[in-house]
Amino acid sequence: MNLLVPLKLVPDLVEELTLNEAGTDLDRDALIYKLNEFDDQALEEALVLKETTGATVTAIALDAPEIDQVLFTALAKGADRAVKVTGDFEPGIDNHTAAQVLAGAVRGQQVDLVLCGVQAPDDLDGQLGVLLAGALGWPHVSVVSGIEPDSAAGVVRCHQEYAGGSMALLETELPAVLGVQAARQPPRYAAVSTIRKVMKEKQLEEVAATPGEVVASKLQVRRLFKPESRAHARMLEGDVTRQVEDLVAALNERGVLKVGV
Amino acid sequence: MSEIEKERIKEKESVVVEGITLTGQWNRMFEQRVIWEYDPTNLDKVTSIAGAESLGWCYQCGKCTGVCPVDHVASYSPRKIFSKVRGGVDLFSDPDLWLCTTCGNCLRVCPKEVDMLKIMPAVREQVVAAGNAPPELQQAFENTFRYGNPLGEPPRKRADWAKDAGVTVPVMAQVKRPVDILFYVECYWSYHPRGKQAAQAMARTLNRLGLDFAILGAEEKCACDAQRAAGEKGLFELFTEQNIATLGKYEYATLMTPDPHAFNAFKNEYPKYGATLPVVHYTQLLAPLVEKLPFTRELKYKVTFHDPCYLGRQNGEYESPRHLLQAIPGLTFTEMLRCKANGYCCGGGGGGMWLGSFAASHEKERLSERRVKEAVETGADVLAVCCPFEVSLFEDAVKTTGNAGKLMVRDIVELLDEACTPAKEEGAIA
Repeated sequence: MNLLVPLKLVPDLVEELTLNEAGTDLDRDALIYKLNEFDDQALEEALVLKETTGATVTAIALDAPEIDQVLFTALAKGADRAVKVTGDFEPGIDNHTAAQVLAGAVRGQQVDLVLCGVQAPDDLDGQLGVLLAGALGWPHVSVVSGIEPDSAAGVVRCHQEYAGGSMALLETELPAVLGVQAARQPPRYAAVSTIRKVMKEKQLEEVAATPGEVVASKLQVRRLFKPESRAHARMLEGDVTRQVEDLVAALNERGVLKVGV
Repeated sequence: MSEIEKERIKEKESVVVEGITLTGQWNRMFEQRVIWEYDPTNLDKVTSIAGAESLGWCYQCGKCTGVCPVDHVASYSPRKIFSKVRGGVDLFSDPDLWLCTTCGNCLRVCPKEVDMLKIMPAVREQVVAAGNAPPELQQAFENTFRYGNPLGEPPRKRADWAKDAGVTVPVMAQVKRPVDILFYVECYWSYHPRGKQAAQAMARTLNRLGLDFAILGAEEKCACDAQRAAGEKGLFELFTEQNIATLGKYEYATLMTPDPHAFNAFKNEYPKYGATLPVVHYTQLLAPLVEKLPFTRELKYKVTFHDPCYLGRQNGEYESPRHLLQAIPGLTFTEMLRCKANGYCCGGGGGGMWLGSFAASHEKERLSERRVKEAVETGADVLAVCCPFEVSLFEDAVKTTGNAGKLMVRDIVELLDEACTPAKEEGAIA
């Protein structure tokens, strides 16, 4: 069973976010980055599956500043391989391009199951896993936990939590892509000495992105800005009758009521 | 026993010595101490680690138990740890591994030089590498690795405290010339609200003395000495290399830090990595100059002083802090029962700063609480400190022991600063 975990860096909110001069993006030179926490969960789940089933874990990431440290940390935590996909990627590459590039890299590997982080601060809809599965033509389940691959039967079972406390047990054929919500235990710690040892002893595998897959984003950001406060709450005063009258008048004024009062 | 030539020994069934019949049967009195009555596996596991050999030297005299600060709040001390490990306890998975604050009082009295300052970091290093350190400690390690400080604060804001110092605080990268004093602020003075106040007081004090100083600003990173003692040697080594490179870029006559842990690292650990640094603790810098400070008022406080383990016991500096306190006009100084070489520990060293919850679940009282009670017993109204870990630990302990309003915790430099600040005029609006 070969597990593949895509990792990506996202802005670390420990520093205040600033915008670029054009007001169309974050000031990426001023950012510091960290591993997307859901990717860390996916990696942890993969490492637990390695320990329980003997699966092989490969961490994969698109080249970016500081990505080497993330991949070496994955090796230090117990991943068997770390693959860096090289190419001329824009900072803040969009999900469609990232999914295409990852799909190209996945086709070159022996992969039974891809474990993605369910979402990221710059991918709140959790598109990456969906788009990757689409590009590969593989089944996909998102927002899952408790992953149980069954390579003999060629399936993977996983849990999906619904509102109201219900839980579904789903089964899909392998190979597949899963969007991992949470690992069964907190992500493990990699000691700095272990990371440094790994950096000396192991190498990252490099795979070039297939030309043509890296395309300029079709998405154009016209304006990025901090939330602006446009209105404030108004406190209603007076006795209850007065408050109700004011409330109805205010709702009526804003066209909220169907029938004018 | 094998050295004794048995043929030279005449064996008798029994012998009468001074009227007392003794059996001639070989017994344990005459043989080597039989530690193979115990399974030595777990003791060997510790003593086979480089640096941790001395745990095996313990001969159970128990001198350490009387002075171990943790033994006052739990069943602890090196003697007890040796006894437990020899009895089969696996120190690698036992909570005891994390309770030692590396205060060093046991080593001071140990006839066999069982050295917890080396044993604990060495064993912890292996447990940290296996990913089994307490999560709150791992968080502090991760914060340090990622942001250069264990508090997880933004690296770019490291020098923000200086904005409210009321005096100019030059930054090395901007002054572009050699300075007399490189002020290595360290993490808790850079970020902790009470630490920042002390850093600001220090900047004003240096200014009053007309000293030429600068800080590293955002270039500064944790010296990592407490992380080293807590077992993250890799982190310590990485930061040591980076800090040596940063310090190497600039010219300065004296490296001054308020943090006894950083002081210890720069003085005793960095030379192992090729850097001999002209380091002093801030109390050592100020003590010879204190008479030059323009004191403007008397501080009518009764003050007692807590010796930081890593300034006092570990590095032998007891007098400079006392000299500074006694130079303050109007101040009355009193010692706690346990002081100087026998000073009690605040609980913050050896990773204790980041193990508050863990320690609380294994100790009946915090070390800082125990110490605050001792300070209150002296009748002092100020507990003076000179380690950045201590202000927050002791201020919390003042509250949790019900002594709020009775005891103030102040860094010595805050008291110096206060004594140089003109008193508010009578009746002035605060």
